[in-house]
Amino acid sequence: MNSKEKVGGVSGVSNIADEEDKLNKALGEFRLSVHAWSDAAYGRTRTAVVPNPRRVWWLAAGWALGCVLVAGGASAGVWEHHQHQQEMRIAAAHAVGQQRQATQVREQQVREEKADLLTREDLLAKVDKDVSREVPAAMEPLGQLMAEDETQ
Amino acid sequence: MAMAEEIGAEEFSAVVATHRQQIFRFLLASTRDVDLAETLTQDCFLKAHRNWASFRGESSAMTWLMRIAINLQKDHWRNRRMQFWRHARANAVDLGEASEWLPSGERSAEQQLLARERVRQVGKAVEGLSERQRTVFLLRYVEEAELSEIARATGLSEGTVKAHLSRAVAKVRAELGARQ
Repeated sequence: MNSKEKVGGVSGVSNIADEEDKLNKALGEFRLSVHAWSDAAYGRTRTAVVPNPRRVWWLAAGWALGCVLVAGGASAGVWEHHQHQQEMRIAAAHAVGQQRQATQVREQQVREEKADLLTREDLLAKVDKDVSREVPAAMEPLGQLMAEDETQ
Repeated sequence: MAMAEEIGAEEFSAVVATHRQQIFRFLLASTRDVDLAETLTQDCFLKAHRNWASFRGESSAMTWLMRIAINLQKDHWRNRRMQFWRHARANAVDLGEASEWLPSGERSAEQQLLARERVRQVGKAVEGLSERQRTVFLLRYVEEAELSEIARATGLSEGTVKAHLSRAVAKVRAELGARQ
């Protein structure tokens, strides 16, 4: 080993020793810092938040009011919807009833017209029959003569 | 029976008084969240109180409590990761912020600045460690626990603890070296 190598070896060892020294120093300082930080945090004054009864009451009242409003709004909406549906149903039923009534009226009219027509035809037939029966059978030849005279 | 319970309560109060600060410190360094560290510390002692009968005294009370704290912290992160991890991340501060608490000692302003920078670098490196490496590192270099104690607290073998510690220190060294 020459003198340069010796010097290099010595400086290498010295570098390692320096690094170790620095590491140990840093670790010691880190330990001190954590201890100091922990002591400060451990001894800090702690504030306990005591809930204010009035504030709690207001909070509860607010929640209750909010719940009531939400429930009221929801039930009003449901009621409104239900009411609308009912009105629609009534209107539809009314329209169907009117339509049915109109149909019935029309059918009644047709029936009446038919009945009327039949009555008139029956009446004529009856009159014809009655008229034919008013002339006795024995007078029929006279009747024919009268008709002939009229034509003359 | 009532007398035994009373003595137990007194005994437990003494245990809490002795170890609470250390458990809190470990949880604070692990979670970087003061409120969370306080909650987990309380949970740790509550769990310890409930399971005090299962503590057989094979290890020190501190090691047993530390084991509970490590498990609580693991459970917490497991649950948080699933649900509120974003919120949890928002509450956590950089571990490098611990440098603000570094005692000034008898150093000059320049030395203080350099020391704070070193602490910030270590903090950054620790944040980048895996959960297990970080736990082992904090127990060794912040709580100054022996390897055997760390092994008992984490439930790992001493060899595994050494391996984790070696990797963690290598990362811290690299971070310090990179910023030179």
